Amino acid sequence: MEKRRKLIQVICAVLYNCNFTGFAKGKIYQGDIKGVCVPGLNCYSCPGAIASCPLGSLQSALVSSKYKFPYYILGLLLLFGVVLGRVICGFLCPFGLIQEILYKIPTPKLKKNRWTRRLSYVKYVILVVFVVGIPLVWAVPGFCKYICPAGTLEGGIPLVAMNEGLKAMTGGLYWWKIFLLVVILLSSVFIFRSFCRFLCPLGAFYSFFHGVSILGMKVDAEKCNHCNACVAHCKMDVKKVGDRECIQCGECKEHCRQCALTFGKK
Amino acid sequence: MGYKKMKKYVRKGLLIAAIVLVLMGMSEGGFRDVKNKAVRICYECIGIG
Repeated sequence: MEKRRKLIQVICAVLYNCNFTGFAKGKIYQGDIKGVCVPGLNCYSCPGAIASCPLGSLQSALVSSKYKFPYYILGLLLLFGVVLGRVICGFLCPFGLIQEILYKIPTPKLKKNRWTRRLSYVKYVILVVFVVGIPLVWAVPGFCKYICPAGTLEGGIPLVAMNEGLKAMTGGLYWWKIFLLVVILLSSVFIFRSFCRFLCPLGAFYSFFHGVSILGMKVDAEKCNHCNACVAHCKMDVKKVGDRECIQCGECKEHCRQCALTFGKK
Repeated sequence: MGYKKMKKYVRKGLLIAAIVLVLMGMSEGGFRDVKNKAVRICYECIGIG
């Protein structure tokens, strides 16, 4: 399952960013597909991005919400959540893939504990304050502007590197975002999916659907003997398979001696 | 009503709500608005402000 999942993650990362000429020219794609959102975190200012970021689009819609209720983007997010939930985190998010690759670097690792479980609530605060609150109150995409590492990595760095005009406009905010990106990427080497677990508001949003999403991990209650081998081996801060912290990656399957875990329609 | 049945109805309800919202949004120009934002460089996203 792990090899298949990795393949899907790589295919998605390439598909979301397949406007390769954008990287060469330092320009972003302007086709009609940009009216559609990808389900994972992928900055629409990435030169390679062919579709929109759901978080960026939501914040932009909230900035304009005084004039127009954001039915379209809310509907898309709801659709992604109900159909896939955090399967998106486990399979369809390029930034999740980047963190998993960095975690493979051989270093001492910080194991999950009660503090990492408590820190997992921070992403809900970020969702409420930066994704919803700041756009509504200050008409600024708060998460995109002050936090989003995907925007910095995929959009900020390549565009600034290839555009002298943009280079001249960089200032404190740019270097703050670079600093934050470096901290997040470095922490991913030692802490499994640190951004996903503690900071990602998109993961926070999708976690609300863990009980109702159509696709995901299923536990056969008749086979399960509650040994908790699945939870013990999981690198996320789960209390049980399929809870709000579960990214539905399916890595727990191989550790279940009762064969009680399956991935599919719930 | 059993938990599983309730979950099924909630899921169906959310799915219908999602589709209705997307269609409503598209009819009001939501697709165009998302596209118009995404085809311009987002200066906030790239750290220019």
